[in-house]
Amino acid sequence: MRYTFLLYSDPAMAANMTEEDWAKSKEIYGQYIGALQEAGVFVDTDWLHPADTATTITLAGGEKQVQDGPFAETKETLGGFFAIDVENLDEALKWAEKCPHVHYGKLEIRASAMGSV
Amino acid sequence: MPACPLRQARNPRIRNGQRVSRTDAQARAEDVARAAYGKLIAMLASRSGDIIAAEDALADSFVAALKTWPERGIPDKPEAWLLTVAKNRRTDQARKDARLVITDEANDMADTQAIEPEEAQLDERLKLMFVCAHPAIDETIRTPLMLQTVLGLEAEQIAKAFLIKPATMAQRLVRAKKKIKSAGIPFVVPEPEAYPERMSAVLEAVYGAYAVDWLEGDGDLSHEAFFLSNILAELDPENPEALGLTALIGLIESRRDARIHNGVLVPVPEQDVDLWDRPLIDRSASILTQASLKGRPGRFQLEAAIQSVHAARSVTGKTDWRALSQLYHGLMQAHPSIGGAVSRAAVVSEDAGPAEGLKMLDLIAFDGLDSYQPFHAVRAHCLSELGRVAEAAEAYNTALMLCTDEPSQRWLEKKTADLRKKMS
Repeated sequence: MRYTFLLYSDPAMAANMTEEDWAKSKEIYGQYIGALQEAGVFVDTDWLHPADTATTITLAGGEKQVQDGPFAETKETLGGFFAIDVENLDEALKWAEKCPHVHYGKLEIRASAMGSV
Repeated sequence: MPACPLRQARNPRIRNGQRVSRTDAQARAEDVARAAYGKLIAMLASRSGDIIAAEDALADSFVAALKTWPERGIPDKPEAWLLTVAKNRRTDQARKDARLVITDEANDMADTQAIEPEEAQLDERLKLMFVCAHPAIDETIRTPLMLQTVLGLEAEQIAKAFLIKPATMAQRLVRAKKKIKSAGIPFVVPEPEAYPERMSAVLEAVYGAYAVDWLEGDGDLSHEAFFLSNILAELDPENPEALGLTALIGLIESRRDARIHNGVLVPVPEQDVDLWDRPLIDRSASILTQASLKGRPGRFQLEAAIQSVHAARSVTGKTDWRALSQLYHGLMQAHPSIGGAVSRAAVVSEDAGPAEGLKMLDLIAFDGLDSYQPFHAVRAHCLSELGRVAEAAEAYNTALMLCTDEPSQRWLEKKTADLRKKMS
């Protein structure tokens, strides 16, 4: 089953990060991606510009509405994701626990609904 | 979802208070259900993770059994029969839905033949228990989920035990089952390395299942929960809390015949010790000793120790209130709860006097204290001992209004009557 890890954190925490911190962070995530690849479970990942740079669009009200900013203002925002392919939730939880993100933010695990509906 | 006739048969109380007439086939079907309900659900659901579909299929196969068995006789392997019919039923449904891969079903069918060994049965139930108490399942729904899927109770009965509206309980159970399927919670017994992390939730849920009908039930459910606690202790004998839980339930079970007399609740210190099950007390006490040798005390071991102090009265002839008071202090540190706090006050009032007991009651700061029946009953007792009879009568009255089971109601009425004699 494919699982997506949605990585939420408070962007204010990243505000004071130095060049050196970023380099270190990149290295740590690189190692994690390497481990996922080596285990043959890696599907995709990305990290995103902050939520205040978001553009939100909807046609749900019948006409097109484009909004500057995220759809909801929350303290913790979506900062990136991982998609992995493993047997079950226990396997997904094991990998989620190893994700560097969990040390400073929250990680939401969602199973893919593709094929089930 | 069609109602499962066996779930109803399991607990005849819900049929207008009248026992269902038991034909042989029905009785046999009930026996199979009791022993194998959780196992059959686990076997039907483990591949797809779909508990709801498994329940529907099993309900249909029970209907078929009640129709077929009286005519053609009970099959040699009733469980295998039920499982095969349920699987056929589910395959038919799947064909209708046209979205299930049939080859998967063929594999499922193959293991129908191989379900007999006792060990396999334990294993299947265990898997389901670990699913119900998975960390990804909301804590408050774990015991209800176990009561329904492992022990086959109807949502209505569970709702009554948890003082929740039946519709709400049914909704929450369905939500949990859907989550199990869609999130991909695996039907496996975790690796031993994961026991420390996973076991305590399972123990809590089993204890919850035991507590549901310990007083009013016919004992079936308690026996099942006791049995499950034994399995867990065997699975993880290095876990002192697993041993503690089975010792605790054993000690409470040992007093089953003594706790109600002529329909009136009898508090443990007043029970006739000749009605206690001595072999069960001895067995439980020895398990508790094994647990305490591990040197890692915990909630269930402390509760079992409290019950074993009560049990010691059958040898010493008196209750050691000082020991009880100390154990309750320990319990309140390890696992604070409203029940523990009120019981501690009751024990302190016996050990150090009713004024001290009353002080302990005043210190309790748990939500829902005002609507907690035992709090008012213990308070009434302390007040009565202190000669504050008018206040005591009022407290007994409040307790009576909050009381939900008959044996306790009658006991409270008796206490009130005693108090009136004292007043006049």
